[in-house]
Amino acid sequence: MNPQVIYVDNNATTAIDPEVFEAMKPFLTEFYGNPSSIHHFGGNVAAYIKKGREQLAEFLRAEPEEIIFTSCGTESDNSAVLSTLNTYPTRKKVVTSKVEHPAILNLGKYLREKGYIVSEIPVDKFGKIDMTALEEMVDADTAVVSIMWANNETGNIYPVEKIAQITKSKGALFHTDAVQAVGKIPINLKNSAIDMLSLSGHKLHAPKGVGALFVRKGVGFKPFMIGGHQESGRRAGTENVAGIVALGKASELAGKYMNYENKEVKELRDYLESRILKRIPKTVINGDVANRVPNTTNIAFEFIEGESILLLLDEAGIAASSGSACTTGSLEPSHVLRAMDVPYTSAHGSIRFSLSRYNTKAEMDRIIETLVPAIKKLREISPYWRP
Amino acid sequence: MWNYTEKVMDHFLNPRNVGEVDNPDGEATVGNIRCGDALKLGFKLDNNGKIAEIKFKTFGCGSAIASSSVLTEMVKGKTLEEAEKITNKDIVKALGGLPEEKIHCSVMGMEALQSAIANYRGTEYKHEDEDEHHGRIVCHCFGVTDAKIRKIAKENEIKTVEGITNYCKAGGDCGRCKNDILEILQGVWKLESQKEKQSETPVLTFTQKVIKIQAVIDSDIRPMLEQDGGSIEFIDLRGDTVVVRLKGRCSMCPSSGITLKNIVEEKLREYVSADLKIKEIRG
Repeated sequence: MNPQVIYVDNNATTAIDPEVFEAMKPFLTEFYGNPSSIHHFGGNVAAYIKKGREQLAEFLRAEPEEIIFTSCGTESDNSAVLSTLNTYPTRKKVVTSKVEHPAILNLGKYLREKGYIVSEIPVDKFGKIDMTALEEMVDADTAVVSIMWANNETGNIYPVEKIAQITKSKGALFHTDAVQAVGKIPINLKNSAIDMLSLSGHKLHAPKGVGALFVRKGVGFKPFMIGGHQESGRRAGTENVAGIVALGKASELAGKYMNYENKEVKELRDYLESRILKRIPKTVINGDVANRVPNTTNIAFEFIEGESILLLLDEAGIAASSGSACTTGSLEPSHVLRAMDVPYTSAHGSIRFSLSRYNTKAEMDRIIETLVPAIKKLREISPYWRP
Repeated sequence: MWNYTEKVMDHFLNPRNVGEVDNPDGEATVGNIRCGDALKLGFKLDNNGKIAEIKFKTFGCGSAIASSSVLTEMVKGKTLEEAEKITNKDIVKALGGLPEEKIHCSVMGMEALQSAIANYRGTEYKHEDEDEHHGRIVCHCFGVTDAKIRKIAKENEIKTVEGITNYCKAGGDCGRCKNDILEILQGVWKLESQKEKQSETPVLTFTQKVIKIQAVIDSDIRPMLEQDGGSIEFIDLRGDTVVVRLKGRCSMCPSSGITLKNIVEEKLREYVSADLKIKEIRG
């Protein structure tokens, strides 16, 4: 943890939990063997991969054989969708939503160029998926439906179980990008209709460079990475042993902290949010307020621009993120806010605060005390602001 | 995170001359809230016709605020004739540089100043707008015309689509017009390079042409085709018609017509003579 910074950008990445770091460290120093080796020095390491797999499976209420370790959430997303298209070569359609992560949206663009039909379900002004449109779009030509479990920008939770059942009734497979849901809300894949699920280590206090894909038993899978026999031939490449051990430990801890996340972290988020709304006029919450992951709030400050807000927060040692895209190289508000038709007066000035179990109430107070004068200052500079 | 210079951060954190001038002599607003930045600029002149007071209000990112602020400092005490000579490049320089993607912020400053001066003179700001209204809208997201893109490209020697986006935002939203922008740029720079070539290159004799064609095919074109498993053979030059035979994968490729037109003919015209035509013989 870095005491110099108030870190409220946990949907971007998280701090590695010290227990996780301790668990993974020996595999970066002492036990560097290759788990596929014949000698004991390498071979012994395989037992720790097995343990990591069991920890993650238990956390998700899945079977260890249903877990494939990958390098990141994007790889998991890509593997899931491409595997389905390769498994059902006669089906040429992918259904997804307008608010997905680029790992799915840009894959969709790529697939369109390859001749596939990719349908994006629209959302309403709260970011809710149009379920009627979904039922209509999923047809006999659909290979896979991929809808995120929770949105990275607004924190909106999507009814994936219901969507999975609709998908199943049409004979297609259902994949969910659960990168922003895992570790934040309880997940139980045991009696679920979900066929595939992607997750990423660094969003739940494990390091970057490790992810996983859940593939339900009986669901056909064709590998994305071609090469060696690792992961039962489903994902080639020498295992990221330290990363896998870390992800196993992190998921065990996430299970332990699940109640804390949904009570204490949620209370902190609600505290921050309500104070901001109370103290700063012309602020609006973006998203489906009653239906969000407990750590995220996305707040629009009208008549000012997000990057300048972030710069002032940054000056005060506060790390948050912008829904507006001046920071990301594109010049427009994020595709998520645009899909929700958030008015331009506020879309450009939307800021996301995403908390973790490491945040404190004192930090929330510091954010509020910084934000109030910062917003006032920027509005005084803005030609659109009329107090 | 942007790497802003200290100067940018200073002007962003401590903006100079914020506000609105009472009864301004000249005033203008450029940009709008949809586009993500806007600047309102107003000034008052003293008895000697120099800018005595200038104030701004800006909606936008850190560099938009800094560009506006530094601009007000640059023009204070100047006559309008002096002030209107200030370009966006001067603003960038005064800030100690801006990230490529933020150049449009300095352009907004320049446009606001020129519009405010035009407002004082009772004329319309014509620097860019004149062309703008005559052109065809290429970027619908930001309302940028082909004429404006051509002008920007020429004046600032911009040769890439990203360069255009950084300067005036065109192509920076949905991106659907990127191909159009590329075509416009190719048009601009092809004309320019042809002009240069024509003035530079002496007229070649027939033999000189043959030798040069062979050389260009050997050193430039064939290696390119070989990367895709194809090849090319120079057969003959008949008048201005270059006769070639495609080999390997190129000979079976359904898009070989495009290869000939876009790669082979283009290269030969560029390096040898603009009048050359390509003819393929098969078998």
